[in-house]
Amino acid sequence: MSPAAVKMESQRREYGRALVELGARNRDIVVLDADLSVSTRTADFGKAYPERFFNCGVSEANMVTTAAGLAMAGKLVFASSFAVFLTGLTYNQIRQSIAYPRTNVKIVASHAGLSVGPDGATHQMLEDVGLMRGLPNMTVVVPADARETYQATHALASFKGPAYMRFGRADVPAISDEGSDFAIGRASMLRKGADVTLIGCGQLVHTCLAAARQLETEGISASVVNMSTIKPLDTGMVDRCARDTGAIVTVEEHNIINGLGDAVCSAVAAHYPVPVTKIGTMDTFGESGEAGELLVKYGLSAEQIAMKAARTVETKKRMR
Amino acid sequence: MADQSEASDFVVHVDQLLKKIKYVYLFATNQVWNPLFEPLPRNRTYEELERIAREVRKDIIRVTNAAGSGHPGGSLSSADILTALYFRLLKHDPKNPKWEGRDIFILSKGHAAPGYYSVLAEAGYFSKEELMTLRKMGSRIQGHAHTDVPGVEVSTGSLGQGLSIANGFALSYRLDGRSQRIVALLSDGENDEGQTWEAAMFASFRRLDNITIYVDRNGIQNDGFTKDILDTSPLEEKWRAFGWNVIVIDGHSMKQIVEAYEASLKVKGKPTAIIANTVKGKGVSFMENNVAFHGKAPNKEETVKALAELDAGRGSQ
Ligand SMILES: Cc1ncc(C[n+]2csc(CCOP(=O)(O)OP(=O)(O)O)c2C)c(N)n1
Repeated sequence: MSPAAVKMESQRREYGRALVELGARNRDIVVLDADLSVSTRTADFGKAYPERFFNCGVSEANMVTTAAGLAMAGKLVFASSFAVFLTGLTYNQIRQSIAYPRTNVKIVASHAGLSVGPDGATHQMLEDVGLMRGLPNMTVVVPADARETYQATHALASFKGPAYMRFGRADVPAISDEGSDFAIGRASMLRKGADVTLIGCGQLVHTCLAAARQLETEGISASVVNMSTIKPLDTGMVDRCARDTGAIVTVEEHNIINGLGDAVCSAVAAHYPVPVTKIGTMDTFGESGEAGELLVKYGLSAEQIAMKAARTVETKKRMR
Repeated sequence: MADQSEASDFVVHVDQLLKKIKYVYLFATNQVWNPLFEPLPRNRTYEELERIAREVRKDIIRVTNAAGSGHPGGSLSSADILTALYFRLLKHDPKNPKWEGRDIFILSKGHAAPGYYSVLAEAGYFSKEELMTLRKMGSRIQGHAHTDVPGVEVSTGSLGQGLSIANGFALSYRLDGRSQRIVALLSDGENDEGQTWEAAMFASFRRLDNITIYVDRNGIQNDGFTKDILDTSPLEEKWRAFGWNVIVIDGHSMKQIVEAYEASLKVKGKPTAIIANTVKGKGVSFMENNVAFHGKAPNKEETVKALAELDAGRGSQ
């Protein structure tokens, strides 16, 4: 697959489409938004089922707690906004009213990560996965492309209990033809190598594949894993990768603290310690800029991933 | 026990004395407001303010066009208020942004940064060239109000936090006996946030009469008209019920913007909310009252058209 041929698709659009489909099938689905329905695409559901859509205005804490109430009364609720507001302004509400009582609320955030672009740091959420995976009872899903977002939305609707899903604003490259079907809690191996495993999530899974191709030209054979559920983590897969390749690189559009990298490190440390390099934002806020250039500036390009992976392989050899 | 309280009385006494000495020092070195020293002329006529506001509007158009994104609608609705504040009402010094004597301004509706930055550039805090780097990677001029930009007091962008920050400043300044004014600009959408009302209740309960806020009531939020998304009316009655002195004005009349502010300075025991009725996109015919231009930059043709309209004199009274 040449880079020019990559299909760019909107995860938001597929989320909206899945919601509309689900709404037809299940009369108990209710969708909430906080004055960003056009951006998150919940407006599509609102158009199709206006009586089951509630725009709460700019009141995120009120929205997620209302979602909890609706769910306690028997509804299956999807509540959406931008990741920064949906998890950052609402943490204790989610904790007490959704996570603790295991309320059947799906918290679905768009505009996660650096690729929000020009809006800048206030809108580029890089800590949400950490906030949500730290909550007991919470499931955390980060789909890699548009198709997986669509599948994950359906999977979340069938799954009972609290869950958080995040994706970005920008259109992302499709990896579907290389991926398998989505299931909550199951990672997929997209490419099998022998020297190192790149474990990614979100749109950076595609970048991992590009990095793996580049590593191949350097004589390094890399596995690539799409870790689309951060919690519960597919520890079986992590364990297998650690044993098979002896070195791991994690890649996420999130702070290296508390995200996918830390989840993988915990699993590796407990089961089969091997060197792990975490790639993500280095405990820093983002800034205004275009999505693509920001990903490069913050070290999330295929070249930079390949370079760090090669170094991790060196570390592995030295440790032997 | 007696000894202890005497000791703490002594500490308080020394503390107050030190504060007084510091104040005299700051006054003598021109670091607090001194009527004999005005960094900026604060006697501009309404006509002059209107002329400046027109330039500000043109910059809002140019800069969002250059950035290719941003929030022109809410910047244009706030342009007159921001201009009046920075060119007549606030005590501040563009040559010395951290001047101790300055009034404190908080742009609670942080997405109106293009309007805020345009006014700050016009006032001389940084160059127009730098203004044009809005939202570009590596620029200080971030997409939402950020303190790296000279003159920006508080980083904002997540709605609903500005009034609480204002409360903090107001409490601190009152504790220190400082007379500077604390001013915040809120949007009508921010009245959706619970925190706004937590802060409103706190400010009046604490009698923070050193606070003046403007609420830019343009009737539009992100997803549509406020009356359809989450109706905030009757807004005047809500703020009044929360213990505030409320003044309703036409937010595009310099005279009313100025007079309401001056009236607020005389109010004792209560903070003041100036509810400014405005038009989102004010000054550009095809942007006025148009939901689409909340978060969309004008393209090239729209920019040419908008600048021509503003030059022809729309956007002023
Ligand atoms: C807490 C929070 N939620 C959501 C947003 C996204 N957002 C940006 S502007 C806006 C609403 C705009 O309407 P209003 O606040 O009335 O501003 P104005 O019309 O004056 O531009 C929203 C929901 C935000 N910035 N902060």
